Amino acid sequence: MRYSETGYQLEVDLSRGNIERIETDPKLTELHLGGQGINAKIIYDRVGPEVDPFSPDNLLIFGTGLLLATPVVGANRTIVNTISPQTGLFAHSVMGGWFGPELKHAGYDRIIIRGKADGLVYLYINNDKVEIRDASHLRGKGVTETATLIKEELKEPNAQVAAIGLAGENRVYSASIEHGWSSAARGVGVIMGDKRLKAIVVRGTKDINIARPAELWELTVRLRKEMCESDGVGDWMAVDEDDSFHHNHFSWGNSRMRRRNFWSPELEDRWYNLKYDNMDRQIGCYNCPKACINVISYPGRKRFGYKCFGKDTYHMAAFKELDFSYEILGVAQEYGFDSYSTPQVIAFGIELYEAGILTDKDMPDFPVDPGDRTWYLLEKIARREGIGDVLANGIYWAARQIGNGAEAYDHNSTKKFEQIPIKLGKLNPAYFLMIATGEKMAITQIEGSFPQDPLPTREEREEFVSKWDAVPDEKFKQYFLEWEKRNEISNERTCAIVDWNEAMHYIDDSTGLCAFVSSFRGQFGGGIAYHINNIPNQITLATGMEFDKDKLWKVFQRNRTLVRAINVRRGLRRADERPPEDHWAVRDEELEQKLLGDYYEFKGWNMEGIPTKVTLDELGLNYVSEDFLQRGILKP
Amino acid sequence: MSTELANQKVRNIKVDLDKCNGCRSCEIACSAFHAKPKYSSINPARSRIRVTMDLLNDEYVPIRATDYTKAGCDGRRTYTIRGKEYSECSFCGTVCPTRDLFKEPDSGLPLKCDMCEDEKEPLCVQACPRGVLTCEEIDAVQEEVKLDDMELGMRSLIDKFGSKKVADTYNRMTKKG
Ligand code: SF4
Ligand code: SF4
Ligand code: SF4
Repeated sequence: MRYSETGYQLEVDLSRGNIERIETDPKLTELHLGGQGINAKIIYDRVGPEVDPFSPDNLLIFGTGLLLATPVVGANRTIVNTISPQTGLFAHSVMGGWFGPELKHAGYDRIIIRGKADGLVYLYINNDKVEIRDASHLRGKGVTETATLIKEELKEPNAQVAAIGLAGENRVYSASIEHGWSSAARGVGVIMGDKRLKAIVVRGTKDINIARPAELWELTVRLRKEMCESDGVGDWMAVDEDDSFHHNHFSWGNSRMRRRNFWSPELEDRWYNLKYDNMDRQIGCYNCPKACINVISYPGRKRFGYKCFGKDTYHMAAFKELDFSYEILGVAQEYGFDSYSTPQVIAFGIELYEAGILTDKDMPDFPVDPGDRTWYLLEKIARREGIGDVLANGIYWAARQIGNGAEAYDHNSTKKFEQIPIKLGKLNPAYFLMIATGEKMAITQIEGSFPQDPLPTREEREEFVSKWDAVPDEKFKQYFLEWEKRNEISNERTCAIVDWNEAMHYIDDSTGLCAFVSSFRGQFGGGIAYHINNIPNQITLATGMEFDKDKLWKVFQRNRTLVRAINVRRGLRRADERPPEDHWAVRDEELEQKLLGDYYEFKGWNMEGIPTKVTLDELGLNYVSEDFLQRGILKP
Repeated sequence: MSTELANQKVRNIKVDLDKCNGCRSCEIACSAFHAKPKYSSINPARSRIRVTMDLLNDEYVPIRATDYTKAGCDGRRTYTIRGKEYSECSFCGTVCPTRDLFKEPDSGLPLKCDMCEDEKEPLCVQACPRGVLTCEEIDAVQEEVKLDDMELGMRSLIDKFGSKKVADTYNRMTKKG
């Protein structure tokens, strides 16, 4: 019997209308766990570097984390991967809610989609019954509207739906896949649209078996209570109304301007009222006691939900206030737009207009107010109308298409992807490495275990490390104790810290644990629920596979290296690994390059950032090293 | 019999809808508890408590399976509570043919909440992290009323059709199952 997983995957070819239920190899689970790990393995095996992202041969994979639908608390993430047309690289996306558990109960650990449908379709999965159905009547419909209509027509109120909106249908690069109030961003919505797949609807009523039931149950009942009461897990931003952190320190507009004194008690008060006057409740995801998602019912809008920095991105890009975000979020989510990239693309367009690079010819009747301009461009991009057709390709490509000096306004991309708008003074070595080498395209997908800043006094630091169960090695306590100035830390230590940060995300993205109870949250102290020392036991109890810290660490290294291998094979090299040039005002090229080299060495990669044969073979990735030798990527 | 009932306590689960975050831990717990062996499998479809959700309506209502009925009721009224429209079904625990809820997925047989009588506290209550579900002991008066109801109903039937006809019908129906 397979525990914690179904042992089957669903393979759908939209070109041929073919649907297959394929038994999977348990050995792969042991090597990669699930979620992104196995997705990456499949993409390495089946999507060669010659495959264009818009080719029918590109795959779109919805992979459930291994621990979904078990009692393990906070395990609910579905990881969506494909090859992104924006970066040309592996696209990484994570979505919470209830979709993944439902898929497992329907009897599948993942869905692999290839090909392209002739017309718009949706996929209906009801246990063993799987159908590709016509979706032409859903063309142009919003994401929640689509979900409602489908559930009604199928008479399946308990089904879970993941859908794209107008943005995805029109292959906008910043299109997301939306499910409930959760969303999968960063390059996957555009491929779902390209495959003409409007939605996936899942209903499942099968069992998921647990290897060591009584022990796992006892443990998780206790943890659920503890996590509910703990403020060390979940999104504190859902309840902390002091948002000076983003507003005073992140950049406004096209990642342009800091407004250090923006926040005030008066503002906090006003926004507090705005939020609580319009908020219905806060909800969470499947099997999680937290409530990170603010559900807002704003006049004239459909209900919508947001979490984290998602409430600020639109109004900060438009130099507006919270009411502007509330106005636009309900519409933008319905269109299926990623709320991180989209506002930046719009602000970039506005800047080009102000600079005279784009003119009234490109933007007829362009309004004056930045809020109205944001609306104008949002509508254009969603429909790929006029200038919207160019901006829909993201800042990097739009800048090159527009030319005429527009490239200089593309100042916040790395690997052709819009980064979170942060501009700082002095170089921070760990952040340099994370932004440079991260392949999940957003800093939030790599940072998170080691604190961002040192604590001012030795006593505070001692207090911090005294309850620090999460460290993979005692040496990290030493690092933290001796850390006084943010940028004064040895390369050796920086490498180890970045590696640990990255490790936890790769583990979460294979188990399906939410980063807010694990990889992203430990940096803020307060005792994180999941870490490298206690996750192995939960894996063992749920799956029956013996797991310990070292074995789990090896899975991280294997999955991480495999993602790098996919990207290296698609051309990623050292030259691409640069944070935006103005991310820090003061840079030191020599120091940065030395650090990058040291990190490559630490990771077992050569000076181009390519994993060496020894590294690959040690992780059991011999098929990659052979491939690399054959392709001349590695020299014998 | 009725004096015995008066002293008997039964469990009741109270539901505070405003606190629900839609985590469905209650469903997980109920299905795990009723699995054989205990906790060996998870399947919300087997749970005797389900959270009916409608995100657009901000509706999150955990309901427990109660009685089985062959025919759907003619109710299905809608109620508006603080601006939100609820279908009567959202609060109803009856296993009825009009919806796909509380039916054992393999056999299709109705599920029924047994209040986890052997446990110190119902499992769904134990698992609910947000205090939506709380268990209290109440006097078993309702049961008594129910019996009275039945007696009353029987009485009206006997009044109308005579005891022989009612007895014949009863025998015929129970034979057929
Ligand atoms: S911590 Fe928040 S975002 Fe994460 S699973 Fe729980 S409710 Fe969802
Ligand atoms: S009381 Fe027990 S049987 Fe009833 S719904 Fe709760 S867990 Fe299920
Ligand atoms: S466990 Fe509690 S909070 Fe979670 S869905 Fe059930 S009733 Fe709601």
